[in-house]
Amino acid sequence: MSALRRYPVIWAGAALLVLAVVLSSLTIVPETRQALVLRFGEPIRIINAYDRREEFGRTGAGLALKMPFVENLVWVDKRVLDFDMPRQAVLSTDQVRVEVDAFARYRIVNPVRMYVSAGSERRVSDALKPILGSALRNELGKRPFRILLSPERDVVMNNIRTSLARVAAQYGAEIVDVRIKRADLPDGTPLESAFNRMRTARQQQALSIQAEGQRQASIIRGDADAVAANTYAASFGKDPAFYDFYRAMQSYRYTFGTDDTQPRGSATILLSPDNDYLREFAGKKP
Amino acid sequence: MIAGAVLSEDGPWGGGSDGGEGGKTPWRAPAGGAGPSALDALIQRGRERLGGGNGGGGAPGLHIGGAWRWGILALLLLWVALTSAHTIGPQQRGVITRFGKYVGTLQPGLGLSFPAPIDIVSKIDVDNIHVIDIDTGVDGATGQNLMLTGDENIIDLAYSVRWNIRDPELYMFELQDPDGTIKEVAESAMREAIARVTLDQAIGAQRGQIEQQVAQRAQETLDSYHAGVVIQGVAIKQADPPSEVVDAFKEVSAAQQNAQSYLNQARAYATQVKAKAQGESTAFDAVYAQYKLAPEVTRRRMYYDTMERVLAKSDKTIVEPRNVVPYLAPPAAVAKPQEPAK
Repeated sequence: MSALRRYPVIWAGAALLVLAVVLSSLTIVPETRQALVLRFGEPIRIINAYDRREEFGRTGAGLALKMPFVENLVWVDKRVLDFDMPRQAVLSTDQVRVEVDAFARYRIVNPVRMYVSAGSERRVSDALKPILGSALRNELGKRPFRILLSPERDVVMNNIRTSLARVAAQYGAEIVDVRIKRADLPDGTPLESAFNRMRTARQQQALSIQAEGQRQASIIRGDADAVAANTYAASFGKDPAFYDFYRAMQSYRYTFGTDDTQPRGSATILLSPDNDYLREFAGKKP
Repeated sequence: MIAGAVLSEDGPWGGGSDGGEGGKTPWRAPAGGAGPSALDALIQRGRERLGGGNGGGGAPGLHIGGAWRWGILALLLLWVALTSAHTIGPQQRGVITRFGKYVGTLQPGLGLSFPAPIDIVSKIDVDNIHVIDIDTGVDGATGQNLMLTGDENIIDLAYSVRWNIRDPELYMFELQDPDGTIKEVAESAMREAIARVTLDQAIGAQRGQIEQQVAQRAQETLDSYHAGVVIQGVAIKQADPPSEVVDAFKEVSAAQQNAQSYLNQARAYATQVKAKAQGESTAFDAVYAQYKLAPEVTRRRMYYDTMERVLAKSDKTIVEPRNVVPYLAPPAAVAKPQEPAK
């Protein structure tokens, strides 16, 4: 106490120094990061290293100790990282050009190897990107285009993933997933010809639908005519001679407009006295 | 005991402001229950050294120092109170990290934690349903979101994905870009599902199935990433043929309409023809039945009936002499002389 009274400034300075040492030997490691400890540049240990069976809260995140001025830290993301492969034109075995988008997700599982071989996560994804592109081209180049539109697509993605995983392991990374996002026909001629094919297919469909409609309509009409003819025959066939007479009478009425229809022209009838109708008119006896 | 003393002073603030006006050191020292602290002593010694002759000012200076101390204490208390008590809304969870380490999750209600630099509480909305819209127009130039279907046709699709957070810890710690990941996974799943159906199925019948497949597939993928999110649903808002071929599709529906109208016309004709046949034959049958009862009479009657009607309505000329050809005025010529008379 007396020494404190005598040299307060010195004591304050000393306290600050101790604080600085304590602070620089303490590090806060968040759950989302792994800390690679380098002692004079040599990787010594990893704080909060990724472990697939981990539970949050028990992984070494939180306050951590390191030797001040001797050890320094390299931060490595612990989360699942991703990179998109820019659109690429891929030529399939059946000479279809397809534009493919893909993305990969990965995680740094070996920060030491990552640090030694790449330096940072960014450099890892920069290194993996072209490899994903070439793996994709290789894999799709071996297959016809239609594979992309079939369940075999999974096989393709798995193959790509396997070949990418081999390279990723060299960078201390693990590939979580590779996925083809889009597979499209490129703009211009291929897309246009696909549209054309769709268009003509539809036109053909339209014509056949219409023709089918006409066919069915004709059948319906024919059937109806047949039914009608049958009805007529069944009825009139009982006495063709009487039908002839009956129909003639009907016909006269119609033609001369006596059945309340309007005849087209007026009629002047020239009757010979021999006419059967005038038989009684002439006073003859039949 | 010290706390009791502080309370008896009517609070730290009251004591401090009073001290500035009253300026009675001897009263304050015993009331505090303890002598000046080491820090006070340090400050006072410093003042004495630097100030030298200003001995009288030393006493009020000590009081201002006390107020300062209480002020800092109060701020500290306020800070602790504000940063260690958290109200978590019913839709939220509070993820606590202690120096970056996950220590627990606060459930809705009032939650306590250590004060701020030690514990950080991130409130995460878990029940809030987020909607990602993937609209037509993402292709920029064409203004459409074109996808290939299983029969190598192209469809223009717009859909939305609804999701919420299931595990706030996983959501916070597992993925670098959870929101972007969800979108990409959903898009990839959608394109995959569309690639497995034909254009007609995608446009019409199987939309519901596709939605379910995509939701399921996206969920599986996200689970494999430990994303901690739940896909609540995928809704296809629009599934149309691309605008370039839409006319051809309209032709098809026009053709369907046409075909339908052909059928309708044919059916109308059929009904009419059959009904006519039915009617005529029934009428004939009825007359024939009567005719059979008295054939000759009926026949004559019908003949006279008809002739009567026919001849009643027409102009008649009876040519009497067998070998005289009568002059017959055509109906027009006959009509003409009558006109002036009218």
